[in-house]
Amino acid sequence: MSIEIRNVTKRFGSFLALDDISLEIAQGSLTALLGPSGSGKSTLLRIVAGLERPDSGEILLSGEDATRLAPQRRDVGFVFQHYAAFKHMTVRDNVGFALSIRKRPKQEIRERVDELLELVQLSGFADRYPSKLSGGQRQRMALARALAAKPQVLLLDEPFGALDARVRAELRDWLRRLHEEVHVTTVFVTHDQEEAMEVADRVAVLDHGRLEQVGAPAELYDNPASEFVLRFVGDAVRLGERLVRPHEILLRRWPSNGAVEVEIERIAVLGADARVDLADGGGERLTARLRRDELDDLDLARGEIVWASAEPSGRVASAGDAEASQTLG
Amino acid sequence: MPRRLALRAVALGYLVVLLLAPLAMIFYRTFQHGLEPVWQTLSNPNTVHAFQVTLIAAAIAVPLNTVFGVLCALAIVRRRFRGKGLLNAFIDLPLAVSPVVVGLALYLLYQRTGSWFGPWLAGHGIQVLFAMPAIVLATIFVSVPFVAREVIPTLRELGNEQEQAAATLGATRWQRFWRITLPSIRWAVIYGVILTTARCLGEYGAVAVVSGRILGKTETATTAIDDMIQNFQTSDAYAVAVVLAAIAVLVLVLMTLTKPREDIA
Repeated sequence: MSIEIRNVTKRFGSFLALDDISLEIAQGSLTALLGPSGSGKSTLLRIVAGLERPDSGEILLSGEDATRLAPQRRDVGFVFQHYAAFKHMTVRDNVGFALSIRKRPKQEIRERVDELLELVQLSGFADRYPSKLSGGQRQRMALARALAAKPQVLLLDEPFGALDARVRAELRDWLRRLHEEVHVTTVFVTHDQEEAMEVADRVAVLDHGRLEQVGAPAELYDNPASEFVLRFVGDAVRLGERLVRPHEILLRRWPSNGAVEVEIERIAVLGADARVDLADGGGERLTARLRRDELDDLDLARGEIVWASAEPSGRVASAGDAEASQTLG
Repeated sequence: MPRRLALRAVALGYLVVLLLAPLAMIFYRTFQHGLEPVWQTLSNPNTVHAFQVTLIAAAIAVPLNTVFGVLCALAIVRRRFRGKGLLNAFIDLPLAVSPVVVGLALYLLYQRTGSWFGPWLAGHGIQVLFAMPAIVLATIFVSVPFVAREVIPTLRELGNEQEQAAATLGATRWQRFWRITLPSIRWAVIYGVILTTARCLGEYGAVAVVSGRILGKTETATTAIDDMIQNFQTSDAYAVAVVLAAIAVLVLVLMTLTKPREDIA
């Protein structure tokens, strides 16, 4: 099922949560809604699910207007950050809930639940209550529950936000693989740019209720449409008048056109990479990222003066570019 | 350490003097002369009838106030509407107002002449005052708050995420209530029902005003006790009182057993 969001605006009191958002999400894609907290990404997801109503604008599911449709009639699966496990039901009853609501035969429910528990690696846990599961297990149960009735769309609201780093990395991987297997149109909300870039095929960046840019992860990184996207997606440092990625910085022992004179403050070797902290004449600090072999060739030492320049000289980012970027996707 | 012991002694002493001693006295006096006189009092048709009236009033008031209490709690916690604060305050009214005042209010509302409802009802041959309807109304009024007061904090703590999850899984409003909300608040409802029942059985003040206290007709268990004391039938009064007290103790035991463990500690 494709999702089309048309000119959606939502206010909470005087707070403008979403400001005229338009976004198309293709059938079968895996899309991330990325933004800092308060950017409106969760609100947008909840509007797609029918858990919130937009003040104006439309939601189309498979081309049909679903703006006023109740959540139970939208055929979506929704996964909450804090799992929303049904505490009074066993894992089996949680996962089978959507099917038992639809009055499916007991045998069918049983088989489907077993199949799903296998998929989320919780086969041995069917008769436990959610309180006896770890956070990661609860979230996998919630995923199985959301998938039970074979929804056309899977929506996940910061699904890994409450989990520790290791479990989070595991579940990311797992979501990616699941999407390859099940191929349901999936949208997930995250504030973690690394998570968005790693898992999604397409990323929509939101800030203050506005859509800043939509595109494939590499596009966002290489051609950020605004200073916000540049800073939010990956690291950015100011070199003279420009914003650049730390890895784009070239260090030379002689001056060249446009290069900035900097002093080396610190060198930290991080495995295959190295981080060099620099300060320019005005006291502005910036960080460059070099490969180890580059660093070794330059033979740099703390306190030395070098000249820094950046590779793609064209990019001068400013916030005004946001509108032009929406066509990039 | 001694200070802690002193605190305990004060708390226990207070309970013993004010609560346990009178209760023990009633049990002692009742069974002072064996079971025979107790049985005689309790098998008296008028006493049996008084208990029946009390039980019928409770049997009507408890289910009504349970449904009303759950609906009120849902409205107060989940909805935004004008007058919500007022509703929240009104639920506590029966706790704040003396039952005698409640009785008087019902009396003024339903008396045959010069009241709002009385003349119309009398015209249709319906007698409210000094009959079962007045007893039931008074009992309902005084036992309104308990279910709502128990359920409201539980609903607040529950949040509505589970219900939203159920909605996205295809559950209608009705299915969400029966399969998610009600099972989640069941202990609060049960606890509220027990308190409501206890309040209904023990109601005296409002019922005393509106029931007319006609022996064998509109006498309830509590008004019967009062009448027996007035007529110097103290041993009869003890016997009826001990049954009410036994029910109260039973209620306490039930409450302790049903309340989830962590709340006791």
